[in-house]
Amino acid sequence: MSALIQRHGAALQGAFSAATVAVCGLGGLGSNIAILLARAGIGKLILIDFDRVDITNLHRQQYKASQIGVYKTDALTDNLREIAPYIELEAHTERITEDNAVMLLKDADIVCEAFDDAKAKAMLTDIVLSEMPDKYLVTASGMAGMGTANSIKTRRITSRFYLSGDEISEVSDDIGLVAPRVALCAAHQAHTVLRIIAKQFEV
Amino acid sequence: MVRANGEELDIAGKTITEYLAMTDYDVRVIAVERNEEIVPKARYAETVLCDGDVVEIVTFMGGG
Repeated sequence: MSALIQRHGAALQGAFSAATVAVCGLGGLGSNIAILLARAGIGKLILIDFDRVDITNLHRQQYKASQIGVYKTDALTDNLREIAPYIELEAHTERITEDNAVMLLKDADIVCEAFDDAKAKAMLTDIVLSEMPDKYLVTASGMAGMGTANSIKTRRITSRFYLSGDEISEVSDDIGLVAPRVALCAAHQAHTVLRIIAKQFEV
Repeated sequence: MVRANGEELDIAGKTITEYLAMTDYDVRVIAVERNEEIVPKARYAETVLCDGDVVEIVTFMGGG
């Protein structure tokens, strides 16, 4: 903690360590967001994903070859514990749906949408913004392919709804996901979370 | 007139459902913001657009 106060200052670090952030989806976006927030000294992370680590994840997601086949919630919990032993972690190995989202996210101050499926992104956005009006939502849209890094940006759509990405680059058979560009988008989201906690709401 | 994604459109009086039906948007992958508030999907059919409204439709792209 004193090391973090040295880096961030006591006031900022106090706010970071008092915050609870939910990360919905632990793939290329979510695994990077969680590690960035853990390093920054966020007090508690709620990690939600139904899937296991697959060999095709390793090119962009923060897992190790030795973790193939392990639930992402378990693998990321282990990795985060090595990086930030004092963080509080709550993991849910299940799919987020319209029926369980309110319950799963109830303790979060800020929700990060880090899914890969566009319909799931829209579903979570709808439910968080319509049924959880006290929370902030940080979403992502458009980070596939080899486009310039400089087109990844963050917009504030409403007072509690942020969107990171280039908003156009969709995954397809021809356009995959490349580690640095996905990580850039994840870093945008993680930094937006920190700025919200620091009450710097403009982008 | 209603300003939708930067374009002035003659759609005042239509509901959001009626407006979306005139477009190519896939309702399953969008969020609709109207005058800086999100319109829940469940209210698209009852939300009538008014003269002077500013609407933005955010489209989610797959990938993450």
